[in-house]
Amino acid sequence: MRRTFLPALGLLALGLSFGGPAAAFCGFYVARADAKLFNKASQVVLARDGARTVVTMASDFQGPVSEFAVVVPVPTFVARGQIHVTDNAIVEHLDAYTAPRLVEYFDPDPCARHERKTMRELPAMALADAAAESGARPRSLGVTVEARYTVGEYDIQILSAQESGGLITWLRGNGYRVPDGAEPVVRSYLARGMRFFVAKVNLAEQARLGYATLRPLQIAYESERFMLPIRLGTVNADGDQELFVYTLTRKGRVESTNYRTVRLPSDMDLPTYVKDDFARFYRALFQRHTEREQRRAVFLEYAWDMNWCDPCAADPLSEDELRELGVHWLAGGARKGQARDVFVTRLHVRYDAERFPEDLTFHETGDRENFQARFVIRHAFAGPTRCAEGRRYRDVTLPARREREAATLAKLTGWTIADIRARMGSLPAGGGEAPWWERLWQR
Amino acid sequence: MTAAAASVTTTRPVAPPGALADPRHFQILSLGLLLAWGTGALGFPVAAAQIAVTFVTALVTQWLAGRLLAGIAFEPRSALVSALSLCLLLRVEHLALAGAAAALAIVSKFLLRVRGTHLFNPTAFAIAVTVCASDGAWVSPGQWGHAALTGLAFAGLGLMVLTRARRLDIALAFLAAWAAALVLRAAWYHDPIAIPLHQLGNGALLLFAFFMITDPRTTPASRAGRVVFATAVAGAGAAIQFGLYRADGLILALALCAPLTPLIDAFEQRRCRARPSRPAACLPLPPTRR
Repeated sequence: MRRTFLPALGLLALGLSFGGPAAAFCGFYVARADAKLFNKASQVVLARDGARTVVTMASDFQGPVSEFAVVVPVPTFVARGQIHVTDNAIVEHLDAYTAPRLVEYFDPDPCARHERKTMRELPAMALADAAAESGARPRSLGVTVEARYTVGEYDIQILSAQESGGLITWLRGNGYRVPDGAEPVVRSYLARGMRFFVAKVNLAEQARLGYATLRPLQIAYESERFMLPIRLGTVNADGDQELFVYTLTRKGRVESTNYRTVRLPSDMDLPTYVKDDFARFYRALFQRHTEREQRRAVFLEYAWDMNWCDPCAADPLSEDELRELGVHWLAGGARKGQARDVFVTRLHVRYDAERFPEDLTFHETGDRENFQARFVIRHAFAGPTRCAEGRRYRDVTLPARREREAATLAKLTGWTIADIRARMGSLPAGGGEAPWWERLWQR
Repeated sequence: MTAAAASVTTTRPVAPPGALADPRHFQILSLGLLLAWGTGALGFPVAAAQIAVTFVTALVTQWLAGRLLAGIAFEPRSALVSALSLCLLLRVEHLALAGAAAALAIVSKFLLRVRGTHLFNPTAFAIAVTVCASDGAWVSPGQWGHAALTGLAFAGLGLMVLTRARRLDIALAFLAAWAAALVLRAAWYHDPIAIPLHQLGNGALLLFAFFMITDPRTTPASRAGRVVFATAVAGAGAAIQFGLYRADGLILALALCAPLTPLIDAFEQRRCRARPSRPAACLPLPPTRR
């Protein structure tokens, strides 16, 4: 009973990455809030066209790999060729590409009369190991081990069962830690004719292959139902579950059909100090918006045509990476340099059993409008401001803007405005200020 | 005393005076408030341009079709109800699709007619055709979430009260049949009761029950007929939603079941006429209104 039961599409990875600035019309990229910011988050990629689906499940499992296990209900029998193990780097790349981002602008010299352009004005650019096998005999429990595979470092079994009690006994007998409340949920999946995909780490294979971390498991299947089973994950949930769902589709944005899908605020101007604390800011913002939706919503963090980005928190995924994630409609079709019909949606959901009693179901909409959770900081012009416009900029425009930024930050995070003002400090004086006598006689 | 009582029972209920005499006024008000709430507080992704295109197309089509096809004076109220409903329900990638849906809704009232009244619920027909014919149109059944429940129930029930409960029966019959379908499905799959309760709490369901299936022009005239119709829509909706995994199951079901209305009405009338002892119980068809 040492193995950990990681039920939902049980998987997981997540920090804050700072990269070098990159120029873009929509601001200079400063920082992103990727999945590592959130503890124990699962990341699931769903590449889907029609009924053909490839699911990739990434884990940030931290304990000893001998205790790692995954139990996933699957809609159909899964053959050896439908299972694949991929690299963490690809999911990390997708996470980075789609993460909420902070961008910065530098105010121009208010005394120089050049044209200011804003973003809006520019063109939109499992074989069970023998030892565990002795634990329980499948047939007497009504459990059928339909197949056993070793794929990469994983021992995988595809199970079907007559009844849930037998399956749970079998799982426990084979070293899977199954929480007490799981029986009704397992029964409900079995009633739908679903199989169970269970996997453990084959330590010998892992040592042979030389991977230090657990790599994401992938399953290719066909199902008319566009859904993600989350109910097992809530059975023994120690608090809320954090889940990131990335979908790669052809037509457009994906949304939940049985929960409200809410766009996170975007394009908000924030005090510049947020640059040093973007992780804390984003966690507070997400928490506040979760509460505002009575903890019942799925949040849209990114929806974008995979051919480009602006600003780029990371480069778009390459064709090879997309194919690896299951974008099967690209296979051999797209010529080099040709636009790829891949639309990515990043959904972030914090769920528990009470408010998310049903599995997540989705549908692909025809919406190809690009959306990104983008936050902006504007650095004040630091040079001398000796002209009339410059004085207005320093005495009127800037203080008013700082006040608006503080109010926005307070509204987004729930932090008190007094704390925010204290963190913002006073306007940088000195170098930027014209001498007092120039103010005295100049108009 | 007896004569006075008799005269009261034979007199038709007097409509309340003022602007709310026509239930469509309250319907327009309720739908307008729901749209303001949806686009404001709930953040529905409906552009002002889509709203404008839908309204202008619906009203112009109503005016043109009224003149050319029916020779009647311009009557904006029903077109406004259709335009508001489309803005609340239909999501489009291109504005042209919003215009096409609005035109379809209105034209269907003039062209697809049986026994002196239009066959399809205009909004359901327009959405069903647009969504099935184009990848760029869809409905978002999750958009109201579950917190919106109170407001929608309030607006829906308010509408029922103000229309003197003339169509509350069909809304309740539909909700009962739909709840039964969800509970049966849950029992079949051994799901906890929390799942059908969650499904019943969806705001889009209440909007459908109180504002769409209740349309008196496209539902049977008799109470028994309406209960049969509501049950058929719930059954077809469940089959489409859970069998074909389509999120727009209920709207498609309403469009598909539309031909049942004249059949049920014809059947009811024939059955009624066969009973010479109770001719007063034979309900007339609703007055023609385009």
